This record gives sequence, C-alpha cells and structure tokens, in this order.
Amino acid sequence: MRVAHLSLRDFRSYTEVELPLDAGVTALIGPNGQGKTNLVEAVGYLATLGSHRVAQDAPLVRLGAERAVVRGQVVRDDRSLLLEVEITPGKANRARVNRSPVPRAREMLGILRSVLFAPEDLALVKGDPAERRRFLDDLLVLRTPRYAGVRADYDRVLKQRNALLRSGAGVRRSRQDSVDLRTLEVWDSHLSTAGAELLAGRIDLVEGLRPLVDKAYQAVAEASFASAGPAAIDYRSSLGEDVPLVADRDMLAAAMLNQISELRKAELERGITLVGPHRDELVLKLGPLPAKGYASHGESWSFALALKLAAYDLLRAETDAGGEPVLVLDDVFAELDGHRRERLATLVAGAEQVLVTAAVPEDVPEALTGARVDVMGGEVRRIR
Amino acid sequence: MYEGVVQDLIDELGRLPGVGPKSAQRIAFHLLAADPVDVRRLVHVLTEVKDKVRFCKTCGNVAEQEECRICRDPRRDRSVICVVEESKDVVAIEKTREFRGRYHVLGGAISPIEGIGPDDLRVRELMTRLADDEVTELILATDPNLEGEATATYLARLVKPMGLRVTRLASGLPVGGDLEYADEVTLGRAFEGRRLIDV
Repeated sequence: MRVAHLSLRDFRSYTEVELPLDAGVTALIGPNGQGKTNLVEAVGYLATLGSHRVAQDAPLVRLGAERAVVRGQVVRDDRSLLLEVEITPGKANRARVNRSPVPRAREMLGILRSVLFAPEDLALVKGDPAERRRFLDDLLVLRTPRYAGVRADYDRVLKQRNALLRSGAGVRRSRQDSVDLRTLEVWDSHLSTAGAELLAGRIDLVEGLRPLVDKAYQAVAEASFASAGPAAIDYRSSLGEDVPLVADRDMLAAAMLNQISELRKAELERGITLVGPHRDELVLKLGPLPAKGYASHGESWSFALALKLAAYDLLRAETDAGGEPVLVLDDVFAELDGHRRERLATLVAGAEQVLVTAAVPEDVPEALTGARVDVMGGEVRRIR
Repeated sequence: MYEGVVQDLIDELGRLPGVGPKSAQRIAFHLLAADPVDVRRLVHVLTEVKDKVRFCKTCGNVAEQEECRICRDPRRDRSVICVVEESKDVVAIEKTREFRGRYHVLGGAISPIEGIGPDDLRVRELMTRLADDEVTELILATDPNLEGEATATYLARLVKPMGLRVTRLASGLPVGGDLEYADEVTLGRAFEGRRLIDV
C-alpha cells in the first residue's frame, strides 16, 4: 500500500500543505525545524491515530488554531481510499473514510499500515520496559485493530483498580477494609479478563516476531559482531515463572487471578496493581546476555532496527491486509554509522513506498535514491 | 468577563452538565432578553422542583410523594426488580412497555476514580428489599460500560447466596442496523451475547 497524497490543515507548523507522493522512495530534505518530521508524523497519525513524538494531541494542532485536519489518499490493492481525521484537543477525534463519517475514529485503524523508524527507537533497547510494551501494543493494534479496544479497556480497569487500592492504602485494618476488599474482587475479575486478552495477544505477537528478529539483526549488524550470539526476544510476564506463556485466555485469566491473590497484601500496602500486562517486560538478549546494559551503542542500534524490521516483515507477510506497510525513516540515517546505514538502506530499498527525512541530501544513502522534496519554512517543493 | 451579576449567571449556568462557557453565555443573554413573566415561571419551577420532588423511599426513583408512582401501582409485578443507575434509565425502560416489575435506582455506578463505592450507592436499601420482599428475579440493567459492568458483577456476587435468579441485560447489535457496520467490540459482545450471570 502507499500514500498517494497527503494534505494537512493547521497541523503542527503547517497552515495548509499539499504533498503528492509516488511509490518508491521519497526523500524529504530540509534543515532542522522546517517541518519534515511533521509530514511523516501525519502519515503515522493516519495509521495509528497517535504521534510517535508526543502522547497528547494538543501539540499537533497549530498554535492559535482550534483543530487540525490530516487527510491522506491511500492506495491499497489498486483501490483508492480517502482517510480524513480531525484532531481537536480534549475531544474525540472525528474520522471519515471516503467522505463518510465513521462512528469512532478507531474504526479507521488498519486501513493504512506504516512502520516508522526514528531516533527515538534507541529507547526500545536502552529505555524503560514501558517503551517495549508500547512497541508490542502499537504493533498489536496495527496488526489487529480490535486490540485498540482491548488496550483501552485494560487501561481503564487498571486506573479504577489503582484508585481503589490507593483509597485503601491508608485505612488498613479499619472496619472499612472488608468492604473495600469485596469491591476489589470485582475489579480483580475485570482486570484478569481484560489483562488475559491483552496478554494472549502479546504472546501470539512475540511468537510471530521471534524468528524474524534474529534474521533482521544478522542482516543489520556488522558481520564480525554478529557472532556475539543470536539476538533473541523473550516475554517475561508478571504472572510468575511457572505459568506457561501460551495464548489461552481462560488459563491466563485464572493464572492472573491466582497471582493477584498471592500478592494481595503487597498490593494493599503499596496501593498499586502489581500483576498484569502493564508490569511485563520484553527481554532483549544478545547471546546469553541481556541487551540492556551490556550491548554497545552500535549493537543497541542494530537491535532497535532489528525490532522494527521484524515488525515490518511480520506485517508484510499478512497478504490479506492490503500489501506492504508504508516505511517511514525519520532522521535515522544521521544516527547510524556508515555500515548500518548502508545495510538498512539496502534492506528497505525494495519496499513499495519509503518516506525518508534528512537534514542534508548526503544523509540519504545512495541505495535510496528516488524522488526528492525540499521542506523549508512550512513550504514543500518537489525537486525531482 | 461581564460585570457582576451577568457573569455570576453565566458561571452558574456553566456548571450545568453539557453546558459549556459559550452555551452558558447564550442562555444568559436569552434570559436577559426574555419576558420577565417567562423568567419568573422558570424560577418558580426551579424552586418547586427542589421543594416538592423527593426520592422514593423504596426504589430511589424521583417521586412527588413518599413512594413513586411505580412502587405504588398494585398491578406491577412484585417478584421482579430491575436495577438501574439513574432515574432517567427508569424512564427509558418504561418507554419499552416490556417490563412490568419494579425498579431500584442506585444513584450511580461503582467508580473508585470518582470515589464512588458501594456505600455511596443505594445498595444497602436493595439488600433490605430483597430480604423482605417476595422477589424472585433481579435484572441488572446498569450501563454497558466498565463501571456499569463492575457494578453488575458486584451486585451479582452479593446476592448470589440469596438464591435469586440474577440476569443481566444483553448487549450487542442495535436493532435496525447492519451487521457489517457494527464495530468489532459490539459484534464480539453479540457473539458472547446470551448471558445468565454466573459467578
């Protein structure tokens, strides 16, 4: 699939911009702060209804404007679809597909699929577990849009349950305690139902990614370092060591309830939920060692790229979903050494559509020669 | 900002649910321009609603006497109680003319974020009714959102030892809609659909 035309209104720095795009590689070139990333961020927004840079929507709307509009003409399976989303901070997004409103913006998910590489990806390896959980969950939604609802439900139950635990944290051993516990059991059961569903989805996903990650790592890493051992991913759940990680929702829900009752005292004392997918970790390993803390800077980059490439491979393999996802490489080449830069460029060069941003043309590897658009002061100009 | 009492009026109106600052301003200026007789009638109704309307001592629904119209009605089936969150839910169900039993209005749903627990709802009153009355079935008609579901689960667990028949309203496809337009969550729910609460 590809984006044939992107138009923005009051999005980030743009008052209004129209950007026609071809299949193959398009490089968006311009100095920092001129709005290159805003363009690819908008493509990502159409695919995920979220930004890779900020968690809130407010910064996406141009200062002084009330709402932003992102519009994309998407071509998949030779069919053309017009996606439109109107972003109003503090309110629900409004979306239209081919000019007809959809009841919830969420229903637009899955039409455009994109995989984005950005300097922030390094945090996948070096950052907190939350970064890796988000990577898994975002990919899960991209692959199966239904999970957007599962994820939202889980977050909501978790918030409610934490609020209840916090309210009980101060009043232990008082008479109110037993009443609180009865309500808590209700939240336990809702948490385990939603949690098991999310967990089952992640387990499935990790199984799908597992073989692809090492393949991608070997393809990206320098040959001499590749011998440091295979790159592997492992899911570590908060349900305890002896719970088999298979995508069986009923079993997982029961295991989760069990673990919740084991940790009841600790949860009441600390006033937070200690069991569930929000406490899990995707462990990255190079040979026998964990990547975090042991991998060099270059190895960490290779691993981050490998995760994203594996995600791309996984999505691409699903032939019924409208073809290859759109690849977006936002300012990554400047971060990579010469070798990784060339390897990555070669790996993605054949994709149906690749959008690259860079400050100077020299940052774009030769393998990715294609169309070029200059971005300057909120104006875009096609050069070739 | 407007001067004195006009701004006070806008602020007060702005506190009403569903009324934003712009609407509050519009309503305020409408009232300023309106016939004094109309405004006095509105004031009168507002005072009267606070003086006269009370909540039914049995079910918690809005009433003008000690008991509401439905609880007083001898033709209503005393063996079934339908639990709802708010009085407006009673009105919604009454419109269907399908239900001939009586109601119990909780006054909300369990939501720890808002500090609402079972003690803040009319749960104890419900338990008293279930113990005294000749009730055989309890229908849980709380909202089909997370808080409503949690409240339903809570009540189902609570009354389980009493050996009543406990049911939950079905959730799923809207009548008159097309299957292909249903979102996945609703469609998934419709599949799970038929439910007899089993805890």
